[in-house]
Amino acid sequence: MLRQVAAGLRVLLVLTVLTGILYPLAVWGVSRLPGLHANAEAVDTTLVAVDREGDQWFHTRPSAATLPASGGSNKGERNADYDTVVAERRATIAHREGVPEAQVPQDAVTASASGLDPHISTAYALLQAPRVARENGLTEDRVRELITEHTDRRAAGLLGEPGVNVTALNRALKAAP
Amino acid sequence: MSSTTAGLLQIGVLLVALALVHRPFGDYMARVYSSPQHTRVERVIYRMTRVDPDSEQRWSTYAYGVLGFSFVGIVFLYVLQRFQSLLPFDFDRGDVGPGMAFNTAVSFVTNTNWQSYVPETVMGHTVQLVGLTVQNFVSAAVGMAVAIALVRGFVRSRTDRLGNFWVDLVRGVVRILLPVAFVFAIVLVACGVVMSFKAGVDVDGNTVATAPVASQEAIKELGTNGGGVLNANSAHPFENPNGWSNLVEIFLILVIPVSLTRTFGTLVGERKQGYVLLSVMGALWGAMLAVIWAAEAHGLRPLEGKEVRFGIPSSALFANATTGTSTGAVNSMHDSFTGLGGGGALLNMLFGEMTPGGVGTGLYSILVMAVIAMFLAGLMVGRTPEYLGKKLGRREVTAAAVSILAMPTVLLIGAGIAAILPGTQGALNNPGAHGLSEILYAYASASNNNGSAFAGITVTSDWFQASLGVCMALGRFVPIVAVLCLAGSLAAQRKVPVTAGTLPTTGPLFASLLAGAIVLVAALTFVPALALGPIAEALL
Repeated sequence: MLRQVAAGLRVLLVLTVLTGILYPLAVWGVSRLPGLHANAEAVDTTLVAVDREGDQWFHTRPSAATLPASGGSNKGERNADYDTVVAERRATIAHREGVPEAQVPQDAVTASASGLDPHISTAYALLQAPRVARENGLTEDRVRELITEHTDRRAAGLLGEPGVNVTALNRALKAAP
Repeated sequence: MSSTTAGLLQIGVLLVALALVHRPFGDYMARVYSSPQHTRVERVIYRMTRVDPDSEQRWSTYAYGVLGFSFVGIVFLYVLQRFQSLLPFDFDRGDVGPGMAFNTAVSFVTNTNWQSYVPETVMGHTVQLVGLTVQNFVSAAVGMAVAIALVRGFVRSRTDRLGNFWVDLVRGVVRILLPVAFVFAIVLVACGVVMSFKAGVDVDGNTVATAPVASQEAIKELGTNGGGVLNANSAHPFENPNGWSNLVEIFLILVIPVSLTRTFGTLVGERKQGYVLLSVMGALWGAMLAVIWAAEAHGLRPLEGKEVRFGIPSSALFANATTGTSTGAVNSMHDSFTGLGGGGALLNMLFGEMTPGGVGTGLYSILVMAVIAMFLAGLMVGRTPEYLGKKLGRREVTAAAVSILAMPTVLLIGAGIAAILPGTQGALNNPGAHGLSEILYAYASASNNNGSAFAGITVTSDWFQASLGVCMALGRFVPIVAVLCLAGSLAAQRKVPVTAGTLPTTGPLFASLLAGAIVLVAALTFVPALALGPIAEALL
């Protein structure tokens, strides 16, 4: 047994160098290539979204994350306390956008898994369009154009679900004429 | 295209990809574990570690190798975390506390990858790479080695030798896991997964943590490990940015467990023997996918804990893949699933992780269950059961029973005690039946070395850190020792010839018997507990 423990330690150390140092460094090295570098370092990333305060912005989904960490609410669907939270969110959003509560879509009132979900549904984006247009002095048509431009479709037409990228949309809004 | 059609097409693409890959990859793995040649890299490793690669071991020595290697792995990982502040790239996250360091060390060495810590604020990049990534590789390779040793038990006759653990371990890492993980780590970076040594990036004035994710992400899925580099795991856009990366990750989770059935068929010299196992795995996996998908599509708050870019179909598919294997990575928060959907994920684990199970662990678990199924069949007709030309006597059936019963024993004792401890109520994130499900899920995940969670539960108390750690260790090593003991006594036997009285193990009769045994054992053991948790919640 002791001989196996000693052998185990030697093998562990060698495999640590191989898989814990050389392997990640090799991946890191390849990720420095021009086509991959921006992905690897998340340069100007639009992969994540953090909500911006102020009526001039499109709002993200509710987030249960405590930055810099990520995470979801982990609330079950029969949790009555959380029902109250969701109802409050729905009322707030309906009031903010000046629409009946029934028009507020699901994704607008539920926390995402990561707390950094960059996307909202097209319905939630369109719901926010009149307010955003007004606050930025843009026409609603122009804002709707921007929404379409920053809608990510399913990968290859069938992988995942479509959504409007809020981070990209808000940046485009800032730059929009 | 409707969401359902796209979801079905995605499953189709996944299955086609697995169908195309499993033959060449399965046969390749069979060659890896049966070749007498050592590669140059391997020879260097054997020389440096003073291992004689050409000597073969008895089952007990093989088991000592597994235990010894895992023991030093736990100690090394524990020490690394306890002295994190001395390491580079720690970003002042400090030394990890003793309870958490113990739990995490056991967790990663046992291929569980249960996480009681929040990576972004607790683990620096050095521990992630030099500690956690390494165990992602080697714990997976240990699982495959044990599976191969069991297969050798069936293939060989009248020998007390099962192979060399160090050779099987090193070959699994060098020839299988490392090259595949490297290629797919690059693929994932191309999809958008980050690979950064910085602590975080600025997003519109806020700091969001980053890490060298891609290298660990690839092996995390390929080795059915599942420990997120970031807290939200594969729901985090930096780990899983889009539909492409999501499909790649699901493929990686399934590719080795599925292909190993081919490896098995090839090594025992009758490919049908592998396909019959795969058909049982596939049938149960497909049935559970239908349950989880349908349940999530009819939830009260279907998008709570899910990402818009994945929606319901891709979240359900990932959840079924990660709990049907022993992976435990998540792209949605299972705690927010419906009673039935979350219960489905739980049941996948309670099957004992064999649909198709973790790398290696899935194959050896289903082979052990095949021994149990043949034993039950033998009882019915009053014959000594046989499987693959080996008689299943008292010793073999005892070893198989110990291997199967270890998980439910530690799971139910652990969850039972936790449920009556006064402090547990305060650790739960949801009231009522769902709260009990959180406890059950935690112990099911630990005891089956899965690692996913109903993550609302707070598991940082000494009780949870210690008891879940013990469940992970016993749920891993008791079955491994029993499986190697079984392999040893199978290898010692001579082959019995096939007669008219032999029950064929390649047809639908055997497949039904095996699937029945899997479902029956899980049902008989867990229905009372499930009735109080997810079933009660689903009926509310």
